[in-house]
Amino acid sequence: MSVLLIAEHNNTDLRPFTFNAATAASKINEDLHILVLGNKSDSVAKAASEIPLVKKVIHVDNEIFDNFTAENYTSTILKHVDNYSHIVCSANTFGKNLMPRVAALLDTSQVSDIVNVISEDTFLRPIYAGNAFATVKSTDKKKCVTIRPTSFDPATSTGGSAEIVKSEPGDKFESSKFVKREEIKSDRPELGTARVVISGGRGMQNSDNFKLITAIADKLNAAIGASRAAVDAGYITNDHQVGQTGKVVVPDLYIAVGISGAIQHLAGMKESKVIVAINKDGEAPIFSVADYGLEADLFEALPQFLEELNKLNTIQK
Amino acid sequence: MKILVAVKRVIDYNVQVRVKDDGTGVVTDNVKMSTNPPDDNAIEEAVKIKESGKAKEVVAITIGDDKAQETVRKALAVGADRGIHVKVDGIVEPLAVSKILKKIVEKENPDLVFMGKQAIDDDCNQTGQMLAAILNWPQATFASKIEVKEKSLEVTREIDEGLETIEVNIPAIVTCDLRLNEPRYASLPNIMKAKKKPLEQLNASDLGVDTKARIEQIKVEEPPKRKAGIKVASVSELVQKLKNEAKVI
Repeated sequence: MSVLLIAEHNNTDLRPFTFNAATAASKINEDLHILVLGNKSDSVAKAASEIPLVKKVIHVDNEIFDNFTAENYTSTILKHVDNYSHIVCSANTFGKNLMPRVAALLDTSQVSDIVNVISEDTFLRPIYAGNAFATVKSTDKKKCVTIRPTSFDPATSTGGSAEIVKSEPGDKFESSKFVKREEIKSDRPELGTARVVISGGRGMQNSDNFKLITAIADKLNAAIGASRAAVDAGYITNDHQVGQTGKVVVPDLYIAVGISGAIQHLAGMKESKVIVAINKDGEAPIFSVADYGLEADLFEALPQFLEELNKLNTIQK
Repeated sequence: MKILVAVKRVIDYNVQVRVKDDGTGVVTDNVKMSTNPPDDNAIEEAVKIKESGKAKEVVAITIGDDKAQETVRKALAVGADRGIHVKVDGIVEPLAVSKILKKIVEKENPDLVFMGKQAIDDDCNQTGQMLAAILNWPQATFASKIEVKEKSLEVTREIDEGLETIEVNIPAIVTCDLRLNEPRYASLPNIMKAKKKPLEQLNASDLGVDTKARIEQIKVEEPPKRKAGIKVASVSELVQKLKNEAKVI
């Protein structure tokens, strides 16, 4: 049996986590097919066909997919699942919204947010905000699985030439409609895939102070993250939130500034390779996961940090 | 309009969860339990809609063992009108929960079903979407703002890229984000009053729902421990360590 990966894209390009999900999907079974549902999305199908791990692309192009709604995706996915043992996609807001709708109609108990593939039916997944890891075995005939993208390396994006097969959409869902999307555009690396992330918490005190973080992010080519407290307080928008219910990041370097380190925040960053904590409270739980802790007032430390970075001859990008 | 709100009893979000030595799960004995945090937001939103005059009744439902009733009582204490407890022991997977909720929806005929976007114990993030699927209703997940219109809801959703707004016709399912509102606390007089509000008890088996687990939990382990870090004395020491020792900048 084969694996069907649902592509996440913007009708022009594949979104980055599709490549990570492809790696995980091919670990489940090498006969990996990818389903691209989009509107005027030929370039996406072509990009999918160039991933060497992908054996076949099924492309359904229709205006009902313009805004990627779970309702319209689901009816079409269900038309295409017959020959597959696994339906998979990434466990970000796209996949979290979509996959349970598919799983329920297949009468399958979904396995969410896997971080490792142990065998075709057995997976490792975090529970309790990553305070425990469960090894679980799905006994359903057709398995629906979402993949934590940051736990798998992205698949190579070029060199493949899989066959692209055109197909037809399922029924349009009439009871919901898309109104608008407010995407926050940024020249910075994406939070989920950045090599360096610098995050601010409640200790930043206001949104204006985030410019101290921005200046360092510019220097390190880092993405900017935030704790839930900082987002709730309105210092920064929700797309920056790192944590159990925000984004999970696994950068080479994570710098937590003015973040105390609630369990829910640690869930989103504690797998980072190197963690730095800057906090004036020496007892803050963030220090328990930090490789390098600096007990200092962030309003003094951040300008000094920038100054020290400016002194370096080279900085990795 | 009638709103059904599903609430789950979980280990309190402030508790440091510990894995059992035998690897069968996490320690729950003598551990503080409370309502799943985003379920509190779901109740709050339903009560606010009722207070605005747009809904007539808010019904809180929980699924679980006898103690799960506490979460319904709490919902009643902050403004839900009556409660339903569907008794079932052990782990109930989201698929089975959604099937139980479907039976209740068929019985109660609510216009809206609200619940938290994710339970902080199993972190599945499935139930609302599954219920929407098997009812063939629209779903508005990860809601951070809800505007009630005549026959629809306009819902702002938190997505990875920022915010998305969709309009869903009623009846609909909404799963609530923590930023949707600020849940109120129950006052002591309201806690007392809640004890007199009706709470109906049902058994999952009487509803004809098979709650047998489809996912076998083979083992539960501690996460890999990070090796202890060090404290640095100054910013310059920090930058030197990052450059020369960790080699990440």
